[in-house]
Amino acid sequence: MAQSSTLGDKVYRTILFAAATSILLIVAAVFYMMVQSSMPTLQRFGIGFLWASEWNPSQELFGALPFIYGTVVSSILALLIAVPISLGIAVFLVEQAPKKIAKPIAFMIELLAAIPSVVYGLWGIFVLAPFIREYLGPVLQDNLGFLPIFQGRLTGIGMLTGGIILAIMITPIVTAVVRDVLEAVPNTQREAALALGATKWETTMIVLGNAASGIAGAVVLGLGRAVGETMAVTMVIGNSPQISASLFEPAYTIASVLAANFADATDELYLSALIEMALVLFLVTVVINGLAKLLIMSVAGRANASKHT
Amino acid sequence: MQSKISIKDLDFFYGKAQALFDISLEIPEREVVAFIGPSGCGKSTFLRTLNRMNDTIPIASVKGQVIIDGKDIYAPGTDVVALRRKVGMVFQKSNPFPKSIFENVAYGIRINGIHSSKEDLNDRVEKALRDAALWDEVKDRLSMSAFGLSGGQQQRLCIARALAVQPDVILMDEPASALDPIATQKIEELVVELKKNYTIVIVTHNMQQAARVSDRTAFFMLGKLIEYNPTQKMFTNPDEKLTEDYITGRFG
Repeated sequence: MAQSSTLGDKVYRTILFAAATSILLIVAAVFYMMVQSSMPTLQRFGIGFLWASEWNPSQELFGALPFIYGTVVSSILALLIAVPISLGIAVFLVEQAPKKIAKPIAFMIELLAAIPSVVYGLWGIFVLAPFIREYLGPVLQDNLGFLPIFQGRLTGIGMLTGGIILAIMITPIVTAVVRDVLEAVPNTQREAALALGATKWETTMIVLGNAASGIAGAVVLGLGRAVGETMAVTMVIGNSPQISASLFEPAYTIASVLAANFADATDELYLSALIEMALVLFLVTVVINGLAKLLIMSVAGRANASKHT
Repeated sequence: MQSKISIKDLDFFYGKAQALFDISLEIPEREVVAFIGPSGCGKSTFLRTLNRMNDTIPIASVKGQVIIDGKDIYAPGTDVVALRRKVGMVFQKSNPFPKSIFENVAYGIRINGIHSSKEDLNDRVEKALRDAALWDEVKDRLSMSAFGLSGGQQQRLCIARALAVQPDVILMDEPASALDPIATQKIEELVVELKKNYTIVIVTHNMQQAARVSDRTAFFMLGKLIEYNPTQKMFTNPDEKLTEDYITGRFG
């Protein structure tokens, strides 16, 4: 690139450079602030903060375990529901559907991703929660009530409702990424399978095998979204810091405890406890999203490599 | 001659655009037939009508008949999966699955349920690799990824994979066009060897290759079959002026 010596270009380059570096500075500043502000709990409770299960701000008892538990379980529930559905949609769109149908369906899925979280939350409170209380819950209890996860009171608000809302919210992104990954699988792989007398199903299995690491990436990306999702979950999960085997019982996630309590956290230790959990959430989502990107890139990279050889 | 495949009045369309015009051709059993012609002449499209690989293109349509062993493969109710098992295909670019060398060859055997036992499967994989002249090079690393092989080895692996399901016919779509001369020579030797047991149809850009490996050659231009004759005659004394011009390099 030829270096221009005009003043205008120098200013222009400086502005661009500043814009690009600002993102790093913001991340660094957020991280620094969180570490600083969580010092009181870090010093008082140490690493044990993460597995202490008592949470009672008025007695200065701060344990993160109920929130970590709620986050992990609601996210896993969401993945268990969303991943098979997303795989089904993506395979249908790429392998089966004529273009005329695939385009509008893909468009609608992208629209789903654009709906604000709070709208899902309201829908969860007024539609999903009553549905679970009146229909799904009783059916599960009648048939599978011997399982501890389906015992307990049916209020409609709780871990299961949170998990289902999360599943609906991550389905679009998981579907979109899986679709992209499947489309990146070279057509020569499908033809190779078909030419050996493979059925449509067997050919699809070959395609999925090609896309395996990218699909894993999509799942991890969905996990990242589920872990960090806040508003809708806060509205339906019940916000109670307890660890219960029952999926019908209220629970709490890290994201929702932050959203629901930051205004009440007036004393230093309480605020510090919240910020330390925010730090945990920050680090976990950074790792999860980084991993997802790497996995997805590995498939795209291979597809490109095979195009160019 | 005993025809393995007879094509009668075949027309092929991409949507409204006609790509093949009224092609009739007899392919004898256990011979190598080469399709030559300039790029875009329809030779690959024609090859892919013989195992209905063009079915994967939604707008493609076919008129006419392709009769293999007395049955029209475009007749309603044709089992396309069974057809493709009988008419194997090797592609221009080697396309092994992201599996081990062994599993690549075993794949077709497994999905078609050809093997009777674990040993039988092993034997069939070994035989296919031997028939594809690859066994000695890979026998010590069967469990390694197929992507670790060279381009020429990958292509022979794809041939082994096709042989493993015991087809009668093997279609080859420019199988050596991406390979260096040594690897190309190996593929050509293999084609001549395979002729003993299989009917082979090979599309090639390379006229010397057609002359070296084939018994008969078909010359296509602009979707039409210009000439079909024994290779010997085709390259020494063709019937058509166009063929002569193409073979002597006056165009194309």
